[in-house]
This record gives sequence, C-alpha cells and structure tokens, in this order.
Amino acid sequence: MRTILYIIQKEFLQVFRNKSMLPIIFIVPIVQLIVLVNAATYEMKHIRVSVVDLDLSSTSRKLVSKFQGSPFYRIQKTSFSYREAEDQMKRGNVDMILQVPAGFEKKLLKEGQAKVQFVINAINGQSAGLTNAYSTMILLDYNREVVLENATPAMMAGIRSIQTDYSYWFNPKLNYKTYMVPGILVLLVTIIGLLLSGMNIVREMEIGTIEQINVTPIRKIQFITGKLMPFWIIGLFELAFGLSVGKLLFNIPMEGNLGFIFLSAAVYLFVILSFGLLISTITHTQQQAMLVSFFFMVVFILMSGLFTSIESMPPWAQKLDRLNPLMYFIRIMRMVLLKGSGFADISRYFWSLVVYAVFIVSLAIWRYRKVA
Amino acid sequence: MPENSIHVQSLTKRFGETLALDDVSFDVARGELFGFIGPDGAGKTTLFRILTTLLLADKGICNVEGLDVVKDYRKIRRISGYMPGKFSLYQDLTVEENLKFFATIFGTTIRENYSLVKDIYQQIEPFKNRKAGKLSGGMKQKLALSCAMIHKPEVLFLDEPTTGVDAVSRLEFWQMLNRLKESGITILVSTPYMDEAGQCDRVALMQNGRIMTISTPNEVIRNYPLSLFSVKSGDIYQLLSELRLYPGVHSVYAFGQSAHVSFNDRNIEKEILSDFLKKNHHESVSITPIEATIEDCFMELMNTPAKEKTT
Repeated sequence: MRTILYIIQKEFLQVFRNKSMLPIIFIVPIVQLIVLVNAATYEMKHIRVSVVDLDLSSTSRKLVSKFQGSPFYRIQKTSFSYREAEDQMKRGNVDMILQVPAGFEKKLLKEGQAKVQFVINAINGQSAGLTNAYSTMILLDYNREVVLENATPAMMAGIRSIQTDYSYWFNPKLNYKTYMVPGILVLLVTIIGLLLSGMNIVREMEIGTIEQINVTPIRKIQFITGKLMPFWIIGLFELAFGLSVGKLLFNIPMEGNLGFIFLSAAVYLFVILSFGLLISTITHTQQQAMLVSFFFMVVFILMSGLFTSIESMPPWAQKLDRLNPLMYFIRIMRMVLLKGSGFADISRYFWSLVVYAVFIVSLAIWRYRKVA
Repeated sequence: MPENSIHVQSLTKRFGETLALDDVSFDVARGELFGFIGPDGAGKTTLFRILTTLLLADKGICNVEGLDVVKDYRKIRRISGYMPGKFSLYQDLTVEENLKFFATIFGTTIRENYSLVKDIYQQIEPFKNRKAGKLSGGMKQKLALSCAMIHKPEVLFLDEPTTGVDAVSRLEFWQMLNRLKESGITILVSTPYMDEAGQCDRVALMQNGRIMTISTPNEVIRNYPLSLFSVKSGDIYQLLSELRLYPGVHSVYAFGQSAHVSFNDRNIEKEILSDFLKKNHHESVSITPIEATIEDCFMELMNTPAKEKTT
C-alpha cells in the first residue's frame, strides 16, 4: 500500500512538473466549454431571407411582416425578381427565398386559397429541415388569422379547430446550452482519461524506465494502480471544475443529486482509464498510443449522442453503440442534471458501466501482464 | 547457502531465427567481479535480462544466489540490482527524487543504506536538486549505479555501464566497482571494450550467443597460442594485403595505426619478414614482437572453429 502511495506521489510530481499539463487541466475545459457550447448549436438564428413579393398587397405584406417579426429571420433583401433572389442564394448570401406570386391577395379572397413559395438552401440538410419547419409554422399561424379575419360570425360558429400548445419538458426554453454542457463535460473527462493515461504508461516503455521498474519487487498491479490513480483523481477534479464553470458561465440546471454524477463518473473513469491501459499494451510509442486513442475517441464521440440523437441512428449502429461508454455517461449526465433523475432511472446505464468497467479492467490487466 | 553466486547451465534463448544465447554455461563465485566481453549482438544483454528475470529462457538452468529465475523471480528481484544499458531513470525527477523513489519501492530509505552508496553518491550530491535528464553522461551513470544499489543488493548486474562515457569517467567507474567488490557484492558487468577486461577478476569472451572462453584476463593472454608482431609502415592498406601473402602467416588485421600479424611458428625471424617487406617497396618498416592483448585473443578465438576450441 505504501508503495502504491509512493508511486502516486511520484506520478503527481511528474504531472505537475510537466509544463503543458496545468494548462490542459485548467484552461482546456474553459475554452472547450465556451467555444463548443456556443458554436455547436442547432438553434436557427438569423435565417437570411430574400423576399420576392410580386403581389405587394396588404395581405402579402402582413405575411412578410410575420417573418420580419420573428427573431429567427432576417430579411436580407427585397426584390421583384425571382432570378435576382436565386442569384443571391447561389452566391450563398441568403438561406431562403420567400416568393409571393402576383394576385395572391385576390386569389385568397376569391377562391379561398392561394400559394406562396419557400425555396430553402439545403446544403446543410439539418438546418434546411429546421428552416422549413419554422417557416411552415409561421405560415400556419398566419393562415389561422386570415381565416378568422374573413369569417362571418355564422361561419365562426361552424369552425372547429384544434389548437396545439407546446410545453417543452426538462428544457422549457429549448436552451441548447443546457443540453450541450453536460455532454461536453463528458468529452473533457474522456480526453483526460483516455489520452493522458495511455500515453503515460507508454512513455515509461519509450524511455525505458519500465525496465528499471520491472526488476524491482513492485507488483504489476501496484504499478498499474499507482499509474492510473492520479488520472482518476484528476478526471474527477476536472468534472467538478467543469461543472462549476458550467454553472457560473451558463447557469446550467442541476436538478438531480450530484452524488449520482460523481458515482457514475468514478465508474466511467475506470472504464476509460482501462481503455487507455489496453491501448498502451498494443502500442510502443506515445505517438502510436495517441493515434489509436484518437481513433477510438472520434468514433465514440460521434456516436455518443452528443451532437446527433442516438434514436435516429440505424438499428445496427444503435446496437453497436452499446459498446460506447460515452453514450452511457452522457445519458446519465443529462438525465441527472436536466431531468433530476434518481438512481432508479439511471440504474440501467449505471450498471452497464459497472459491467463494462469490470470487463475492460480485467482485459487490460490480462493483456498488460502478458505483454510487459 | 550455495557456493556460487550465479549458476548457469546450458542456457539457450532464441528470437525467431536468431540464436541469441547458444548453450551458455558458467558459474560466478560470491564477491567476484565478472566481465562479459563481446561485440554488439553477442548476447550479453539477453543473458542479463534472463538473469534479472525480465526475460524467460527457452532452455537451461539459471540460478541467482541459489534461487531459480523463473520460480523465485520475486525473491531475486529483492536481492539484485540492475543497471540497464540505456539510461532508464526518470529524467524529469531530480537526482534525489530518483534515488528516494527506488529506495522506497524496495521498502528502504536513503539514510538506511547511505553508507553503501556514499562513495558514489557523494560525487553527485551537490547536484541533487538537478533533474536527472540534465546530468552529464558520467553523472547519469553514477546516479544509475546508486539507484541500482540503494537496496543493498547481493548481486549487481551492470549492462554496458561504460558505453558512451568518456575515457576518464570509464576508468573512474571501474575503480568504483573494485571498491564495491570489497564489500562482498557479486558484480556482473558486460562491456564491448576489450581494454576493460583487465579490470575484472574473470572474463567470459562472448560471440554470437556463445561463450568462447572463461578465465582470468592474464590466463586468457597466457593461453594465446601464436607469436604476434606489430608491424608499422607508411601505407597500412598495402601492408595488410602484402602481409597476407607472406608464407606461414596465420592472421593479419589492422590494429589502430599498425597491423598485427600472427604466426603459428614460434620461431619466426623478424629480419626475414623485414627483408620481405622492404623488397615490396615498404620504406620505413618497424616490426616489434608484442604480447597479445585481450583483443588479439578475441580475434583468435573468433577465427577458431568451435570444435577445435573444446579440444
């Protein structure tokens, strides 16, 4: 036990002596939170619209003013030439063209229906879909007004409409930041755990110190524990630090018990650190270790549900995702922080992590014994 | 307590196609300074790694202080000190931190065994707060030796400790080893430098995974079977090729600025050789009969087929 403590002490000494280490621990989380959280957003703001109003009636203007009034749209240009508007879109200056054909008002009043056209730039399919959805909503809203305005009281009685009211649970203002911060924090802990731990052990092989360690009575298990424990501690510290930054800067909600978060994080870090250890047994240099870790990290992150929802992935990918430790931890984080889930709610994911941890720790230690 | 500190019998290790150790046997007495001498690739490091329980042999018996390297590896690790050929201490820890670390993982303290390393450690103590990576080659080597000895080992394995160290530090290092020997520690050293053989009690000359001979340095030289001359002339390349044509020559090879020529015949006349060379337009020829060095013996052993050697 004394030996392990001494290895940990030595490891911390080396970590803090490493000049790039302190910035990694303290600055990276802040930068990542600020940049990623603000940048990686799906909220549509400032959709640039080019309006081609060929009708110029009070009805058409009312429609345009609906778009003007919405915070999501910015009328970039108004013209009478569809061609000109199209040109603007080709150059990438506008995201959407709203065209109101000539005779719109007349047609609407006479025939009871008229058409408008949306042309949406769909280079980014996701944002195009959202733009379409927003625009359709505005149009529907407008439609109802038109109906009400032109209806006689007798007609009014005959109209039965179903009104839909929305209420978004767990994130009432649809604040994207509250959704992103917990995910980004998982990312941070993962980077610390996977990259630094794997590289740290390989470094001992690379500079040959492992040879000197191996001739001492230190047991492999003591060595591994002593090596990984500091990063386990740093990882947990990092999470606490990141949560504080998230609370202070973004005022993220913390509905649930933080104890569950740290309990899960403790297990999650076991998984990640063992993964790093496993990588260190199949590589010989720090560079190799970094590349292999990086490969796994990219796959894990993209499939973690951080940016895209897991439910919309194809079934085979969803099955494969059960091997992705990030997925479990991100879910737990979001559930506890945003929903205030209790242990019963997260237990499925928590125990999955525990099983994962046991499996990967055994695998890593078995491999390590065999190799070193 | 076993009589010998190290007992190795028929040790064989193969790496794929390469036979790194080929039926190696030897014994080292307690308190002996035993040297393994041979070029790179002779199998010295492999042998040391097996003795220090870092590598498993394919075949053979290998005992350190009566303990089996496979079965009792844990006990062996407690009683042996190992200094690998490559500097392998923590470069980002200071001199003192390194020593303290190795003392602690062996369950001891610097103070407890200070007397043992005092001689060596004192020389680097003024720099104890300097990081190990910032030390000079000679100082690194002293630190490595201190770290290998801080737990008071019974056997010390030093793998090429003098490689890459300047001549003065090398000599100093051997003096340190000889002083250490007085405290009763068994020391095994490997080196590619033939001129260091004289510092050992006994040496084993190794080549291609085999031990060619084991004896005291003096005996190795005494057993040199040939008569040897050092020949100097202006054009060394010309000289080498012409000497090979001389009747009765056993071997010719360059040795620094001169050529070493050996003859099976003990009664070679220096004058006749001199005349022969002068006839071949060598002007300022100097021929001196010399005593063989370890390197000459090594060259001779290398040329002798294995069968002849055993007879």
